[in-house]
Order: sequence, then structure tokens, then C-alpha cells
Amino acid sequence: MENTVYTKIYAPPHLNKREILRYAGVRGDAPELEALIDACIAEAEREVACKVCFAYFSVKSDGETLDLGFTKTNSVHLRKNLLGCESIVLFAATVGLGIDRLITRYSKVSPVKALIFQAIGAERIESLCEVFACDVQKECDESGLTVRPRFSPGYGDLPLEIQKEIFAVLDCPRKIGLSLNSSLLMSPTKSVTAIIGITSE
Amino acid sequence: MKITEYIKENILYLDGGLGTLLQAEGLAPGELPELWNITHAEKIRKIHRDYYNSGSNLVNTNTFGANILKFSKEELEKIVCSAIANVRAAAEESVATQPKWVALDIGPTGRMLKPYGDFDFEDAVAVFAETVKLGAKYGADVIFIETMNDSYETKAALLAAKENSSLPVFVSNAYGADGKLMTGASPAAMVALLEGMGADAIGVNCSLGPKALGAVVEEYLRYASVPVILKPNAGLPKVVGSKTVYDVMPEEFAVDVCELIGKGVRAAGGCCGTTPEYISALTRASADIKPVETTKKNITCVSSYTHAVVFDEEPVLIGERINPTGKKRFKEALKAHDIDYILKEGIAQEEKGVHILDVNVGLPEIDEVEMIKTAVCELQAITNLPLQIDTSDPKAMEAALRRYNGKAMINSINGKKESMEAVLPLAKKYGGLVVALTLDESGIPASAEGRLEIAKKILAEAEKYGIEKEDIIFDPLALTISADNKAARETLRAVRLIRTELGCHTSLGVSNVSFGLPERDMVNGTFFALALSGGLSAAIMNPYSAEMMKTYRTYRALAGFDDNCAEYIEFASSMPKQVSVAAETRTQTSQKEEFASELQRAVVKGLKEQAAKLTLSMLAENAPLDIVQCEIIPALNTVGVGFENKTVYLPQLLMSAEAAKAAFEVIKANMSGEKSTNKCAFVIATVKGDIHDIGKNIVKLLLENYGFAVTDLGRDVAPEAVAAEAVRLRAPLVGLSALMTTTVPAMEETIVLLRKEAPWCKIVVGGAVLNREYADAIGADKYAADAMETVRYAEEINESLGK
Repeated sequence: MENTVYTKIYAPPHLNKREILRYAGVRGDAPELEALIDACIAEAEREVACKVCFAYFSVKSDGETLDLGFTKTNSVHLRKNLLGCESIVLFAATVGLGIDRLITRYSKVSPVKALIFQAIGAERIESLCEVFACDVQKECDESGLTVRPRFSPGYGDLPLEIQKEIFAVLDCPRKIGLSLNSSLLMSPTKSVTAIIGITSE
Repeated sequence: MKITEYIKENILYLDGGLGTLLQAEGLAPGELPELWNITHAEKIRKIHRDYYNSGSNLVNTNTFGANILKFSKEELEKIVCSAIANVRAAAEESVATQPKWVALDIGPTGRMLKPYGDFDFEDAVAVFAETVKLGAKYGADVIFIETMNDSYETKAALLAAKENSSLPVFVSNAYGADGKLMTGASPAAMVALLEGMGADAIGVNCSLGPKALGAVVEEYLRYASVPVILKPNAGLPKVVGSKTVYDVMPEEFAVDVCELIGKGVRAAGGCCGTTPEYISALTRASADIKPVETTKKNITCVSSYTHAVVFDEEPVLIGERINPTGKKRFKEALKAHDIDYILKEGIAQEEKGVHILDVNVGLPEIDEVEMIKTAVCELQAITNLPLQIDTSDPKAMEAALRRYNGKAMINSINGKKESMEAVLPLAKKYGGLVVALTLDESGIPASAEGRLEIAKKILAEAEKYGIEKEDIIFDPLALTISADNKAARETLRAVRLIRTELGCHTSLGVSNVSFGLPERDMVNGTFFALALSGGLSAAIMNPYSAEMMKTYRTYRALAGFDDNCAEYIEFASSMPKQVSVAAETRTQTSQKEEFASELQRAVVKGLKEQAAKLTLSMLAENAPLDIVQCEIIPALNTVGVGFENKTVYLPQLLMSAEAAKAAFEVIKANMSGEKSTNKCAFVIATVKGDIHDIGKNIVKLLLENYGFAVTDLGRDVAPEAVAAEAVRLRAPLVGLSALMTTTVPAMEETIVLLRKEAPWCKIVVGGAVLNREYADAIGADKYAADAMETVRYAEEINESLGK
């Protein structure tokens, strides 16, 4: 159903430790970090609360302006991404404020832990987006449709300003406790908004 | 009849959802529903009328998002005026005969409050105040604050309602499936906060269906002494064919809500997905339920942004270490505005297992009002423990209570008239558990009976302010036995008397009892045990004291509060053992060869505690500066070179930096009088608009390790503040960080201002969005890709200064 905003609560997705290490700046083996990272993961797990809100929209393009159903944009990159798409899923995802609290707390006592929580948060939100995108893909498979890679504000020439429209239409503060500040940053910080194109091609 | 009277005898029926009905009437996605009060008044009025006709007593105005963030002042006034008129007209037009009231609806602003967002608490209060004033002006009967998912914003709204109207205030929060608010508060914590501030009815709405909210509602019923509100969704939305429907139908909804009315809910309606049909079903189904009386719960508690701490049988520990009295290093930190030092003290005590943190930051030479406000805000960002505000300055007390995200402990009042008159009104306004010392104008009575009399006097005075006895906790004052050998005995008797005669809880600053004696810890531990067995509820204490913690852990096990003695066993196994120390030393020796010294090994391997211990033992035979120059710096260099050669990764670099810092702390503590090796001043900040400061903190840590005098201005720092500090210190170096493309202009602005105000200084920039070209374009002297590069550059500039 078009325009209705749905909310989904996810169990924390499977954890990808290699990605956490990568986000923390580790580019090879670092066995002495194992214990520290495991301890941080255990502490973070209790604090992660995965939520997604989303809505479907029809999409139209006149070759220059892209009508996303909730706003219009002249982004060339997004138009390319959505070429041939009839509709989109607009979504916002967050892993909650708990990770932000851990990062703030540990930045006072242990910068290395703050860095690792930062990395865990980045991995968690990416994994959540992947799980959600998989769900969308599965649903589309049933109707013989395919999906495009997700596309977020700030990618290519899609301006961050579009966040305002996304937040208005998805009602993010109410649905998943996600808010936007005056410099267009999201809080909780470990959050993503994005568009997934759907096509029958 | 007043609504607050009516709800005492009856179930108060509320209205249902509005959003879905407006969409059905043609409200477009993204369109502001509040404007419909003016443009589609008849449609709005009909929905309100349908609710009254289906049995609602209290209908909310269509003003969920009506605030000055979304509308101009003139627009807002028109909206609130017509919104109230619409409900009022609907009440008059309705054929139903039940008593009817009009509620001014207030929803969240959609902005996140500091420190996790950029919206200041007082700004939030001001935004809500505008709407409240208009609601009062245009004749609303009730202020209805709803769907709040952040305790702090809820407090701002309630404060605004109380300060700008005398109307009854209903407060309803939106809980997640985990039974907590989005920002972490449990129902018990919200009850403590909201009742403390005088909300007239409290409860839950939105998020889930009535069944799923059941557990949260029952928590409210357990703790609340005011009527409880329930306004659930019609379940969750799902798609059927091409329509969106909610999965709980009116009859089922009514049955589920009735079950909770049967348990004590006194105000019931619906939220998203519910319609007049749901309210009709509810009023029909609950017509024969006899309302359950709302009883006083007499719970003594405080709360933080996450949880409540209840004073009951189990002893409560209040950590006393955030206090400058007798602590040189703490005083220095306060004078230098070193908030991190205070925060570390808070975290360390939390890790030791205290339940509440006492916060005392009073020093004659600092602005206590500002300092306590900062300390409270910063502490509540990093610890979930409730705070005890410890100050004798009523202005500082108010500043702290106002900003506190929860129900605080107020330390303290006493039986003196002046003290009660200054602090009790604050406790009434902001809520709080008041610590009352049993002394008055004529001093501390020697006998327990004398102290009991003062306690009675304080209770009587508090009652005049509407503060009930469960919100007073008495401190019958521990005096030193070295001056009077009967002192402890009388204090213990006073504890028992206050508990049995008045039914009140007590708290003691235990350690005073041993003043003037050797091995004070032993005396304190035994005194604590005696006081606990005499009914003491809480102790202000030093959690680093082994004896106190032994008493606490063993008491819990002996008194039956520790299932299977599990906590005791864990505590016992954490006690230091001689054997393991020897083992540790052996392993160290076997690996020693790779490193020039054990301290260097500890720093390189990032072993914090070992680095501190080894430094302390080296200080016996080595000059502090030699340890820095010959041990710590070479070890740091080893790691730094490894990082640059990509054999050491960032987390390992940081572990070493932390270990080095631990070593420096030990050296600092032992370097009284000697001049430190500090290199030049370095001012560092994350630019305005940006709150990502991890990178900046890493750079700061490394610079400190290398001996630079770093002044950290924090994050979201205005250009003027950076320039002012650079000028004040005549700093040769300024470092700026930014993570977002949107905040790079703020960085450029800061550089422009620095060039004008502090033309001598070199500016180094870093952050994810920057690169060399970008840095050149905005006029920085240097782009540093990582923390080590910043250190190398700073060393270069520092050396050039000497030439």
C-alpha cells in the first residue's frame, strides 16, 4: 500500500567481526586485539536495538526531474540508479542510542574502546541495512521484480537536504526514535536512510 | 466538576487516533495536519464530535506538532486558537451526556536533545512554553503531553506546562517492545520523574497494541500514586489487498483494554489506528467495571534516565568521591575545568558497584552554578546512575535539578528554617529525594531522641510544601568516636528510632565515625555493619574502601539478598591474591628480552595497569623526567613508527597511548613542584555543527603523551570560541576536525577568523571528509591524515619555536 509507513523491529543481525576490525582500522592479523574486541561486542550487544521504518512510493522521471512520490530531485546519480524503476522503498534504519552512549562514555576513559564501539556501531547498522534490503529483495522475488543497490542522501549528487523530506514523510522520530539535527546529522548516529529502487526489468 | 476530581471516582474515557482518519479525509503525505484546524475546521470538528458521541470524556486538540519550530508565532496562535475552538464546539454539538473536557495535545518536537542531539534543554522548554501559554489563553481544560519517547524531552514539556499554566497536566510516554523508552527509561524511572514534578495523571500511548503494552502498564500501576493512562494503538499496521489495516479489531481491543482497567488503569482511549468505533466498543465493554482505587504507594526512590533506585530493605551505596574536599588533584581539575577528570571518577565508582553518585563541585574560586550544571549534564551523558546533588548553594541546587534527567537526590537540608525555606520549594518543583540532616539552629543534639525531634520538625515543615515523608531521607549524622565514645551508639539508636517511629529511611556519611583514628577503614566497616543491621537504608561512602565493600557484600549475602551467594562469590574471587602476582612477574621476566625494559614492554603492548604499577616502582630510584625521556617516549616512538609502517593498527596505537597515559598520571601525581616537560600549547576542537569527535580525542591523547599542553574545546565549537582560546593562550598550534561535508564550511569559517584574530598560529586539520587539496582550499597550514601525522607536525612546529 502506497505511502503507509511501516515499522519493523529486527533481532540483531549476524555479527561480522572482520568488518568490525576493518572499521577499526585493522588491515591484517591482530590477535592481541581479540579479547578486547570480544569484550566490547558483549557489552554492545545488550545496547543494540534494531528498528526500521519504511514506505513504498511510485517513481516517475521526465528525463531531468525525478519525482520520488514524496519529493522531487534533479540528482543525476539517483536517476541513473533508478533508471527503469516503477517504484521505490524509502527506509530509515537505526541500531539505537545505546551505542552512542557507549562511545561517549568510553571516549572519556578509553579511546581505544570508543574506537571499537564506533566500529561495532558502523558494522551493526550496515548489517541491519543488508538484512532489510534482503527482505525487500525476497518480497520482490515473489512478484518477479528485482531491486537496485540502496542509495543514500549524500551519495553522488543527491544532496543531504533531502533528509528533511525523508524525515517528514517517514515520521522517523515517532516511528523509530530517529531525529535530524540542524546540520542534517542523524541522532542516534548509527542510522541510515536510503532508497531502494524496484523494477520489473 | 474538575477533571482531577472526576477521575478519582470514574474511568475517564479518552479519544482515539486522528492521523489515519485525516488521511482518509484526504490529508496528503508530508502535509501538516495542524493547518487543517483552520482550513478544514468542519472535518476536524466532526472527528472530535464522533469521539464525544462514542463516549470520550476528554478529547485532544489536533495540535500534536503545533510548536514554534514548525510554525511562525502568528500561525501557531491561530492554530491553537482554532484547534481548541474545534474541540469545544464538538463538545457542545455532541448529543452524548457524559462530562466533557478539552485537552491541549502536545507531542514531541522531533528534535533530539543534547548531548546526543543539538537541541538544548532550555530551548526545548521554551518551545513547549509557547504552545502551553496559548493553550491556557484559549481555554483548554488539560495539558496532554503524549507520545514522548525521550525522558529528557518529557521533562522539558512538563516543566513548561507547570511554569506557564495552572492546568492539570497528563503525561503519556511511548514505549518500545523492550518495555523502555527509546532513550532508555524504564516505567519506574518515568513514574519517579513525572510524579516528582507533579503530573496529575501518567501513562503510556502509541507504539503497540493493548496486549503488548500490558507489562509496561502493570509497572506503572505498581509504582504510580496518581491515575494511570492507557492509549494503545490498534495493534500493528499490515497490508490487506491494497488497504492498510491494523491487526487488532475494536471488540478485541476493548477486551484487552478492559483487562487493564480491571487492574487499575483510570484513563483509557486509543492511539494510531483506533477510531470512534474502538472507543464505542471500549465504553460499552467497560461500563460495568468498578474502577480500581488509585492508592498511594509510599515508595522512596530516585531515578536516572534509565532506571529507578528504590530505598527499601537492600542497602544503597552512594559514591562520595566526586568531591574536592581534601583532594588536591580534584581541586586542580576543577580549577582547570577538567570535566573529564570528574567523569572518570564517576565511571570508576560505577564500576566498583555504587548505586548513586554524589556530585559536589563547590570551590570558593569557581562559579559553582555553572560548574555543577556542566558536571550534571556531562555525568548523565556517560553514566546511568542516579545523581545526588551535593551543594549548599540554592542557586547551584536549582541549576542542577533543572537539568537533571530524572529524580535526583538532594543533599541536603537541615532543621534550620533558612535551609528548609531555600531548598524545599526546589524539591517540590523539580522533584527529588531530600536528604535531611538532623541538626538545627542549636546544633546537633547529643541524644538520639533529640535528633528524632528535629526529624519530626522537618517532616512537618516539608508537609507544608506538599512534600510527603517518602521523599525525605534522614541523615542522623555520624560523629567521631575519638571525641566522644558514645557518639556512634547514639547515631545507631537514631537510625533505629527514625525507622521505627517515623517509618522513614536513613542515610549516613559513614566514614566520619573514625575521624582521628588509625586504620580508619576497619572502624568504618564495622560501624557500617552495625548501622545496616539497625535498619540503615543508604551510605555515602568510598567504594575504594576494601572494608566497606567487604561489609556490603557480606551483609547482602547474610541478609538474604544475594541468591546462591553468587555476588559474594564473584566479589570474593576478585580479591587480590599473592600467588597470581608472583606468576605474573614470572611471565614478564621470560619475555623481557625483546624490550629495553618492562615499562617499555607494558607501553608497547598497551598494558595500562602494569604500566602504572611499573612506573610507580621505578619512581623509587629514577627521576620522573628520566622515566618519561628514557622509557615512555621511546616506547611510544616504537609504536608510532610501527603505525606509520602499517605493522601496528589504530586500536593498538591507542592501547599503547592509554598505557602511556596511565604512566604519566602516576608521574604527574609524584611530581609536585618540578617543572613538567610540556611543549607548546595546542588548542583542539571539532568544528561547529559536528558532533563526531572520536578522531579528535585520539589526536588529543597522542599529543598529550608527547608532552603538548592540549586544550580540548570539545565538539560543536563555535569559531569565536576557538579564536578566543587561541588568543588567550597565544597558542602556536590549533587543530580542527570535521567529519561531515556539511560542517566543512564551519571549519573554513573558523580558519578565516583565526587568521584575523590569531595570525601567528599554525592550523592543522583532519577528518574523514578532508584531503590535502580540500585543506589547502580552505586555507589550513597542514592536512594530517592520522593522529601520528599530527604529532609529527606539532613536534616540527614546537622545535621551530625554540630556534
